[in-house]
Parts: sequence; structure tokens; C-alpha cells
Amino acid sequence: MSKVVFDEAKCKGCGVCVHFCPKKVIQMADRINAKGYHPAYLANEGDCISCGTCGRMCPDAVIEVFKP
Amino acid sequence: MKQVYAVPKALQPRATHYCPGCTHGIAHKLVAEAIDELGVRDRTVGVAPVGCAVFAYDYFDCDFQQASHGRAPAVATGIRRALPDAVVFAYQGDGDLASIGAAEIVHAAMRGERITVIFINNAIYGMTGGQMAPTTLVGQKTTTSPAGRKLEHAGSPIRIAEMLSTIPGAAYVARVALSSPAHVARAKRAIRKAFDTQLAGAGFSLVECLSTCPTNWGMAPIEAMTWLEENMIPYYPLGEFRTPEGGASNG
Ligand SMILES: Cc1ncc(C[n+]2csc(CCOP(=O)(O)OP(=O)(O)O)c2C)c(N)n1
Ligand code: SF4
Repeated sequence: MSKVVFDEAKCKGCGVCVHFCPKKVIQMADRINAKGYHPAYLANEGDCISCGTCGRMCPDAVIEVFKP
Repeated sequence: MKQVYAVPKALQPRATHYCPGCTHGIAHKLVAEAIDELGVRDRTVGVAPVGCAVFAYDYFDCDFQQASHGRAPAVATGIRRALPDAVVFAYQGDGDLASIGAAEIVHAAMRGERITVIFINNAIYGMTGGQMAPTTLVGQKTTTSPAGRKLEHAGSPIRIAEMLSTIPGAAYVARVALSSPAHVARAKRAIRKAFDTQLAGAGFSLVECLSTCPTNWGMAPIEAMTWLEENMIPYYPLGEFRTPEGGASNG
């Protein structure tokens, strides 16, 4: 299971998680979701510190965060 | 794996209609987290405004009523009086609360009504397409102030938290911002404290949340958060203006 789980269908591609991630491990995908937005995804799981910042800042309740 | 952040249970598992990056969604999550932490979802009743948050009843997983424009504090008062054990909150924008609903909010506070009000100050009318609000900053461009709000013409922007904090029945009044992780952490504590105030029977509580409206401000989401911090916070200082213990603090 991934440290950061995205409920991708709800993502509006706003980029707030990308901006506030202290490790810059989130990116926007090239593909689009059913809503027509480029969804956020965890591009570098190894450097993720499971701090939860992305989850707390996401305006659309897309993200849940886990710590191994 | 241990869960570090979970989507609150007091939210329904569905997408909202809010624009990308709009901080209404962050405010919804903080309210839902307070409801979850207090374990009161089965006796919570929310009151939705007229404005972009009109569909809040579709997003929170608790009882809800939608009020006519600006009247959420009056509707919340009725619910409070009819259901003494309910946890009652109103969720209102700045057009709704500070303009057409200015009388209702003042008198709900004057009565010390045991309700919690979440006040979203995004300095504009969002739903109707970006008209000037009572909270629009001097110089800020909107569709009805295309050259920027003028002091001589429209007066100065209304500071709701400061105004309500002069009222004895207002037990807890705070202003927070939804523009960064540190501000959101403080906002979470303030919203929880507002609900605690209600549950303790101490009186009226309100948290003013400085919010973004990227669409009507004509900015990208992060640009809007920066604009909020550079322009709104200097005019709308953050902090607790009134607490049940009688103190105030800058936040
Ligand atoms: C009695 C009445 N007057 C005017 C309107 C039009 N109206 C709808 S929403 C709104 C203002 C919304 O702005 P705000 O409360 O700031 O909320 P936001 O959409 O920014 O979240 C207005 C004036 C209305 N629906 N009813
Ligand atoms: S119009 Fe503004 S307040 Fe309304 S949903 Fe869009 S960004 Fe949010």
C-alpha cells in the first residue's frame, strides 16, 4: 500500500498538495481523470516522510496519508 | 501502516462543486474533523447559507437545513431552541453574513445564542460572479468595483470578528486563515474551541476564516493564498478576540 492514497476521481488538479509538500514528491499526472483534470499522484514514494501535509491542505478531501 | 491523515467521517464521500483550490473545502474538512473528534455527528445540525456553500447539506454527513440569504443565525436559533441537546452550527459567506445577514448575526451574538458560526471571508461574492462584498479590500477590483473599491464611495471593509467581540454574549470569537499548513493547524484548533464553547454552554461562538476565491479573484490557487497572506491578513489580523476565559491573543 502506498504512503499517500489519492481518491483520484475527486481531484480537481488544483496543485495545493504539490506546492505545500515539504519534500516535493507529489506531481500532476499527464493523463486526465473523469472530471477532466490532471490528478495529483505520488511521484517519489521513497522520499515521502508521511507528514500528512498534503492530506490536511487538500481542499477536496482527496488524500489519505499512512506511515509504515 | 499507521494512518496519519484520514478524510473525516462527518463528510460524505463525494466530490464537491467548489472551484479547484477554493478553500471552502478546507473549512468543510476542519468542521467535519471537530464533529468527528467530539463524537457528536448523530446530534449535529448544520445550517447552510446562500452562496457557494449552499450545497453544504450534500457534503456533510449530518442533519442540515438551508436558510434564506443571511438568515442562517435565525434558523440556527430556532433549531437550538427546539432541540436543546443538538450541536448547531451555521456556515456562512461574507456576502451572506456581513451584508444581507448583518442584523441576524449581531442579534444572535447579542442573545448569546448557543450556536457556532463558521464565517468564510473571501472578500467577494463568489457564487454570483465576483461582486464587491462588505469585506472587499480598499483598492480590490471586483465586477462592481472595476477600478478598485474606493473608500469615499463604499466605506471601509467590515471587520466582523472585532465588531462581534464587543458583544457580551459572544463567548468565543476568533479569526484564522486557510492559506498555509501552519494557519490551517491554528484554524483547526479555533474551530474545535468554538464547538467546545457551545458544548460547555458558554454562549455564542464564531470563527472568521480568511479564505480564497481563486476564480473570482482571477488567480491560480497558490497565487490566491499568497495574495490572502499579503493583503488580507494586514487588514484582518488573526487571533482570538474573545474567549470564554476572558482572554484575547494574537495568532
Ligand atoms: C435575497 C437574495 N438576495 C440576493 C441573492 C443573490 N446572491 C446569491 S449568493 C450571494 C452572495 C454570495 O456571496 P458570499 O456570501 O460571500 O458567499 P461565497 O459565494 O463567496 O461563498 C448573493 C448576493 C439571493 N440569492 N437572495
Ligand atoms: S466561486 Fe469562489 S468561493 Fe465559489 S466555489 Fe469558486 S472559488 Fe470558491
